[in-house]
Amino acid sequence: MESAAVIEILQSAVPGAAYEVGLSVDMPTIYVPAEHLVATCGVLRDLPTLQFNVLVEVTAADYLPREPRYEVVYHLLSVPNRQRLRVKVRVGANGSLPTVQSIWRGAGWPEREVWDMFGIVFDNHGDLRRLLMPEDWEGHPARKDYPVQIRKAAQTYEPLEVSEAEFRANIERDRLKRTH
Amino acid sequence: MSEIRTETMTVNMGPQHPSTHGVLRLVLELDGEIIQSVMPTIGYLHTGIEKTAEQKKWQQVVPLVERMDYLAAQSNSLAYVLAVEKLLGLTMPQRVNDIRVLLAELQRLASHLIWLGTHAMEIGAVSMLFYAVRERELLLNINELIAGFRFFPSYFRIGGLREDLPRGFHEAVNAFLDRFPGKIDEFEGLLTKNDIFRRRTEGVGALTLEQAFQWGLVGPIARACGSDYDVRKYFPYCGYESYDFKIPTATEGDVYARYRVRVAEMRESVKICRQAIQRISPTGAWACDDTRVVPPPKDKVYTEMEALIQHFLIYSQGFTVPAGDAYVPVEGPRGEHGCYVVSDGTNRPWRVKMRAPSFMAIQALPTIVQGGLIADVVAVIGSNDVVMGDCDR
Repeated sequence: MESAAVIEILQSAVPGAAYEVGLSVDMPTIYVPAEHLVATCGVLRDLPTLQFNVLVEVTAADYLPREPRYEVVYHLLSVPNRQRLRVKVRVGANGSLPTVQSIWRGAGWPEREVWDMFGIVFDNHGDLRRLLMPEDWEGHPARKDYPVQIRKAAQTYEPLEVSEAEFRANIERDRLKRTH
Repeated sequence: MSEIRTETMTVNMGPQHPSTHGVLRLVLELDGEIIQSVMPTIGYLHTGIEKTAEQKKWQQVVPLVERMDYLAAQSNSLAYVLAVEKLLGLTMPQRVNDIRVLLAELQRLASHLIWLGTHAMEIGAVSMLFYAVRERELLLNINELIAGFRFFPSYFRIGGLREDLPRGFHEAVNAFLDRFPGKIDEFEGLLTKNDIFRRRTEGVGALTLEQAFQWGLVGPIARACGSDYDVRKYFPYCGYESYDFKIPTATEGDVYARYRVRVAEMRESVKICRQAIQRISPTGAWACDDTRVVPPPKDKVYTEMEALIQHFLIYSQGFTVPAGDAYVPVEGPRGEHGCYVVSDGTNRPWRVKMRAPSFMAIQALPTIVQGGLIADVVAVIGSNDVVMGDCDR
């Protein structure tokens, strides 16, 4: 099943939602607007031609400095139809999106991890606490503007001699330019 | 006589508890011995591997991801390598695919052996651990043979393998495959009809297939509930479609069903390994012929200018990967291991994310153990086969 075919089915089931086809090399990919996410996921799970009964994972990617900055990615699996689908939602810097726990219960922790790592808020989540990082941690480590090497001056050891700016400059100098 | 106290008791289990398979912490609310609620706390083993990977070159990430699920190292790296190769559009020679299948199945056996040993030990059969680890030692020796490293061989590379198979590889694998089926019979002789083992496991921690899918559990746990979903059959990779093997299933969904599924899986893995080792010639292609990714052979580096330049580029700058994203699932020992890779077209990954089966299994733990006895928690954790390195990454 192609991305366009999935969108065609969805558009008749969820009126008014503007879906987009996403480029991909491995599986059909669609972009879903955040306000239609829950309705769309309900259709994706329940419609017999789709039946995406397993939410494999939820993750995100930070495309700083692009705007909107984040893409939240849902990988879906339909065991009865032997089909996979990638659903992407674009989220801005201070944006939020609804939780899909009402569709797949297992979405709770993966969403919590995305909040923990990226600071993307899931509305009505109910349990949006730190999952992997300590409870008193400041900042969201997987963001691209989060310091990579040093978080704050080390207190029990001598401070490292390479500054964050120098470390970043080294990485950037080494990073090849975009090929296209 | 004073009144009977009826309030519930909160018990902290872990993170330093031997049966929590690492550093899982559970806060249990108990009514006598009955579990009212469970709150798992994870993150003690979070090492930020996914963030670190963004600072590395593509090939340098392979050893990093192997350290996530440390009992199934080559299952992680296989997922990562396949995802990057999908972005690069590489296809592997048949021999490379066969070697990858063989090593992935040996890795599954090694992981299942640790699961079997620890799971049985935790519910009373202490000697199982020694028998299981004894067989795993032979698999670690094979790792040492191919890569000089027993736990994390980093033998799968983007573009093929690190180098050709060493001398004595076929003998070592065949010796193991000849010995191992008899050992599975021994393991089963100790456990499958053991009255104590069955009483500790039958009807404990039962899960329906509907619940398993709701919680995102795919893999041995779902197969013990009646599903036949296995990535190797549903979305074949590395040529699994050309191998003759079955997907063992059970319907009860309890701890005992998971035990039977995993033991049957070990027998199927041996079947796959036998077919694979017969297909693999002692010498031959061990990488694809794409010069962007695979360094040229050493004799050419010393004699040809272009080869020297290519060698230098690959080892200094690395190679670029076309912009885009890819998710490739493989069937790991614990379920669906997947790697989501995003590239921005440069020589370093933009994002690497592993889909961790243990993460989902621990999330579902409260559902599985609620209403059961506190002693069953240990049996359920063992049967879910969680690895905290995989869960916390």
